[in-house]
Amino acid sequence: MTAPRSTTTNEPTDPYVDLPVPDQRKQQSWRAQGPIVAMVALGGAVGASARYGASMVWPVAAGSFPWTTLWVNAVGCAVIGVFMVLITEVWAAHRLVRPFFGTGVLGGFTTFSTYALDIQKLVAGGHSRAGLAYLAATLCAALAAVWLAATVTRRLVAWRQR
Amino acid sequence: MNWLLVICGAVVGAPMRYLTDRAVQKRHDTVFPWGTFTVNVVGCLILGLLSGAVATGAASSHVQLLLGTGLCGALTTYSTFSYETLRLAEDGARFFAAANVVASVVAGLGAAFVGVSCAEALWA
Repeated sequence: MTAPRSTTTNEPTDPYVDLPVPDQRKQQSWRAQGPIVAMVALGGAVGASARYGASMVWPVAAGSFPWTTLWVNAVGCAVIGVFMVLITEVWAAHRLVRPFFGTGVLGGFTTFSTYALDIQKLVAGGHSRAGLAYLAATLCAALAAVWLAATVTRRLVAWRQR
Repeated sequence: MNWLLVICGAVVGAPMRYLTDRAVQKRHDTVFPWGTFTVNVVGCLILGLLSGAVATGAASSHVQLLLGTGLCGALTTYSTFSYETLRLAEDGARFFAAANVVASVVAGLGAAFVGVSCAEALWA
C-alpha cells in the first residue's frame, strides 16, 4: 500500500509515536526506554489478567457466539476513547501514564488475535453466518465505542470548562 | 498456576508490541499505522499455529494459556487499532481509516487461517 507523505507525522495518531525517542546513543536510549518498557509489561499483565478473568466469569462454549471477547474488545475501545481525550486534550499526565494504561493495560486487555481465531473456529465448525455476524458486530461495536466515548468525553470537558 | 502462565505471556507480549510498533513506525513516513497492523497480523499467525497445534494434540492447554491467552493476547490489540482508525477518520484521512479496517481484518483472518492450516499439516 502506498500512502501519501504525511504532514502530521508527529501527531499522536498512535499511542506510542510521541514518546521520547533518544537516538543519540544506545545506552541513553535504554535509560529512557527501560521504565517505559517496564510499565508496558506491568500494564499488559494487568490487562491480560482482566481479560482472562472475564473469560473465567463468562465462559463461552465452543461453537457458540463469542460474546465475552466481543464485550472485552468493545469495553477496551470505549475506555481508550475516554483515556486518550483526557490525556491528550485535558491533563498533562506523567510520561509513564500512557505506556502503563493505554499501551499496557488496554492493549493487553483487548485482543485482535482471539477475535480472528474466534471467527476461524466458527467458520471451520460450520457456523459461517455466526462467524460473519461476529466479525461485523465486533468491528461496529469497537469503532462505535471509541468514537462515542471520545465524543462524549470532549463534550463533557467543554461543558465543564464553560 | 493458570493466572501465572497468562501473566508470564503478557509480560513478554505487551513490550513486544510496543517495541515492534516503534521499530516499524520509525521506518516509514506515512499516516498508515503499519506498526499495529504488523503486531496484529503476526499475533493472528502465531495464535493460528498454536490453535492448530492444540487441536491436533501437539500443544497442551498450559502452552495455550502462556502463548495464546498471554503472549498473543497482549501482543495484539483492538483498542489501539480502533483508536488509530478513529484518529485517521478525524484527521480527514477517511480512505486510510477504511483501508486500515479492511486490511487489518483481511490480513488478520488470512494469517489465522494460514496458521491453523500449517499447524494441521505439520502435526496432523
